[in-house]
Amino acid sequence: MSNILEMRNITKDFPGVRALDDVSFLVKEGEIHCLVGENGAGKSTLMKILSGVYRKGEYQGDIVLSGEVMNFHGIRDSERMGIGIIHQELALIPELSVYENMYLGHEIKRGSFIDWNETITQSVEFLRKVNLAVEPEEKVKNLGVGKQQLVEIAKALSKDLKLLILDEPTAALNEEESDNLLKLLTELKSHGVTSIMISHKLKEVISIADTVTVLRDGKTICSLSKEKNEINTQVIIKNMVGREISDVFPKRPIKEAGSVALEVKNLNAFNRELGRDIIKDASFRVKKGEVVGIAGLMGAGRTELALSLFGNPLQYVVSGEILIEGKKVSLSSPKSAIEAGLAYVTEDRKGNGLILIQDIKQNITLANLREISKNSIIDANQEINVANEYKQSINIKTPSVEQKVQNLSGGNQQKVSLSKWLFTLPKILILDEPTRGIDVGAKFEIYTIINTLVDEGLSIILISSELPEVMGMSDRIYVMNQGRIAGEVEAKTATAEQIMELATD
Amino acid sequence: MNKIKNYFSELSVLLKLNVREYGMFIALAVIMLIFSYYSGGLFVSPRNLSNLLNQTGYIAVLAVGMTLVIIIRHIDLSVGYVAGFVGAVAAIMMVQYGVPVGIVIVAVLLLGTLIGLWHGFLVAFMGLPAFVSTLAGMLIFRGALLQVTQGTGTIIIPNEFFNAISNGYIPDIVKVPGVHVLTLVLGLAGVGFFIYSEFKTRKNKLKYNFKVISMSMLLTKLVFVSSIILLITYILATYNGISWTVVIMLVTVGIYQFITNKTVIGRHIYAVGGNPEAAELSGISVKKITLLVFASMGFLSAVSGILFASRLRSATVTAGVLFELDAIAAAYVGGVSAKGGIGKVTGSIIGAIVMASLSSGMNLIGMDISIQYIVRGLVLIVAVVFDVRTRNKK
Ligand SMILES: Nc1ncnc2c1ncn2[C@@H]1O[C@H](COP(=O)(O)OP(=O)(O)OP(=O)(O)O)[C@@H](O)[C@H]1O
Ligand SMILES: [Mg+2]
Repeated sequence: MSNILEMRNITKDFPGVRALDDVSFLVKEGEIHCLVGENGAGKSTLMKILSGVYRKGEYQGDIVLSGEVMNFHGIRDSERMGIGIIHQELALIPELSVYENMYLGHEIKRGSFIDWNETITQSVEFLRKVNLAVEPEEKVKNLGVGKQQLVEIAKALSKDLKLLILDEPTAALNEEESDNLLKLLTELKSHGVTSIMISHKLKEVISIADTVTVLRDGKTICSLSKEKNEINTQVIIKNMVGREISDVFPKRPIKEAGSVALEVKNLNAFNRELGRDIIKDASFRVKKGEVVGIAGLMGAGRTELALSLFGNPLQYVVSGEILIEGKKVSLSSPKSAIEAGLAYVTEDRKGNGLILIQDIKQNITLANLREISKNSIIDANQEINVANEYKQSINIKTPSVEQKVQNLSGGNQQKVSLSKWLFTLPKILILDEPTRGIDVGAKFEIYTIINTLVDEGLSIILISSELPEVMGMSDRIYVMNQGRIAGEVEAKTATAEQIMELATD
Repeated sequence: MNKIKNYFSELSVLLKLNVREYGMFIALAVIMLIFSYYSGGLFVSPRNLSNLLNQTGYIAVLAVGMTLVIIIRHIDLSVGYVAGFVGAVAAIMMVQYGVPVGIVIVAVLLLGTLIGLWHGFLVAFMGLPAFVSTLAGMLIFRGALLQVTQGTGTIIIPNEFFNAISNGYIPDIVKVPGVHVLTLVLGLAGVGFFIYSEFKTRKNKLKYNFKVISMSMLLTKLVFVSSIILLITYILATYNGISWTVVIMLVTVGIYQFITNKTVIGRHIYAVGGNPEAAELSGISVKKITLLVFASMGFLSAVSGILFASRLRSATVTAGVLFELDAIAAAYVGGVSAKGGIGKVTGSIIGAIVMASLSSGMNLIGMDISIQYIVRGLVLIVAVVFDVRTRNKK
């Protein structure tokens, strides 16, 4: 097989960081090539260079496509050459419909007018290809992150495509959706489309990759090939982090769970905009020093449940009782929820978790400015010290805490988001997809942090679409299904089948 | 030889990196040079500069408030007529009802704040877009201004104290013919404070290993800014000294600069502008912040109204016309981002001086008023285009 793509000696500097250092990258025609590496290794940056986000001249090195040296001066140039990229951060316009989004920028025209009928017909076809069952007229804002991701992929497919780049496409998908996507990539491969996929989920990398390239600290470490039987978890992890990690889920000493920290009785929530109930009669409890997992499919109401608890910022109509340490509380705003000892690390860190244009220290302290101020005046030095402490303890990779959050890699943004909520010193920490887009090493770090926290008596509610994670980290698991809590299982004895059954019936 | 070359290459890199911040100073310098040339030096005469600053006053305080409004992603179109209306109310209270001037000032400041709260209420709690609610406010207070001045027409304000606010100068400590000593002293003190605080921040940054500019660059900056402050104070000192307007302007900027930079409220305002959803989830009430920012805008509109009425020694039917545009332009020239979350009140003051210099300079060289409007409009466009372009680069 010939090489469809060769990237030669790519070096890219940002102020204070060398993101890529003399990287070379080879992709064969018609293969599925996975790019892996720790958070901040430079994967997204390399792909942004390939797709023309960074122009010729903003980096050093050459891009050779099918034997020709390319000079991309923007995404349009790379699109013209048949390169399609789906970014880590979704780029759809919430107020537009699915089909409008799909054909934005390459509208189907009859004369000089857009042919909407043809557009809709074609979009239906591509939506079917990605196994997405939504009406093309649906507004994108009404879709969950998972479905939006599929729309993005459908959009890329609708362009004439030779090389598809996916930056962590399955990060926001549940297992079923992920499987579909991986099948889809194999299908595309048989039609001659070459794919490059960035992923932190090694299981799927192993199942699908023909070649795996590992980046570490901006350098190419190695390229592993399936033909030569070089691809397996141990080898990948070892090359990624430079050491071996044996346990995926660190053990924590078994302890008798303490008194009840949070109890929710008959919680109902009605969404006025959608005009339907999103939480139905949910009752559950979380004890001190316990990790309670919440499993379920996308759209089962897990995030909505978290939001209804956390001061109900979206103004659902909520009824039911919430007790914290046995006392009934009324949580009418996130502020009162924070004061009551709750913290909520959102699943959508860019949308409602972080303030991207502000720096790391400002983001970390935002939810607890009281701690670093006297008479409402912020102590700048204390703020820096706090931020530096978290930078160290959670291992945020950045030259300085004055770095803008938008310049951090996805995984490091997630760590900032986590730091921010740990700094509110909560009693009950709700983690919504906390390891989405996080590398194996950092995942391990976050699991270790979770264990330390519960050891200190904190209670944790862990919402996750990754079954192994919920099962590996929780003490007990509630399974949600269409707004209801469909059942409760002990993590130690539960099986994946048991959970899926509760989640799907 | 090499050292000099290094020095200049470092300087040019620094200027390029911070072109957004220095851009408005360069613009100001260019404007001043052009008008000085065409007015045969009249533009930089002590008398004209002193006047210029007094004219900047009532726009500058509005620009400060507008900066915060734009930071939280809103706009306030009503400020001009609110200022005009408040000025008229002050005049009527003094002239027709003989209310003591102190009480009048407190009362109209309160009135302005209430008007601001009303707009904030409509935006935050009724969900009206700020553009609509303040456009309505613009009409309402234009009508109100006409209503209260209908019977009387222009109301002359005879009160000495009130008129001194915009026409008086700070007293001197010693009498020296030809120079205003206290002004010079204050100028020197200002320079001293500036140098002290620059070194203090630098020391602090070094302590945490943050990036700082090299010593030679710092010295260049200090020399440059200090000489500008000294030059301006010297020019003012050879005229009447610092006016009360300038004092009010500096105090306003000082307070707002402190609030936005150092306090929890300030941080909340930037957070709401940067990402309202994230701010709300962090326990910040976006509604309360919106209310507060509009209230502050109303308060500053009242300050502006007082300054303007005092400057004219009267309340007129046309007071406040187009102030809102100058204030908005000043904020944009001063570097606030239309996307919200970014902007500094100090920048907006420079923006206000730029806009006032333009008006004053064009008047001075006798440019036709129709052309003046066009020029001001174009300058606004240039400022925002410059802002957007340089921002995207980063
Ligand atoms: N615009 C930018 N300005 C400054 N630094 C940047 C910018 N973009 C990326 N970086 C830095 O470059 C490095 C590589 O980032 P990149 O986003 O490519 O990582 P990644 O491998 O995709 O990580 P992740 O798995 O967390 O998404 C990081 O250290 C990041 O902080
Ligand atoms: Mg990335």
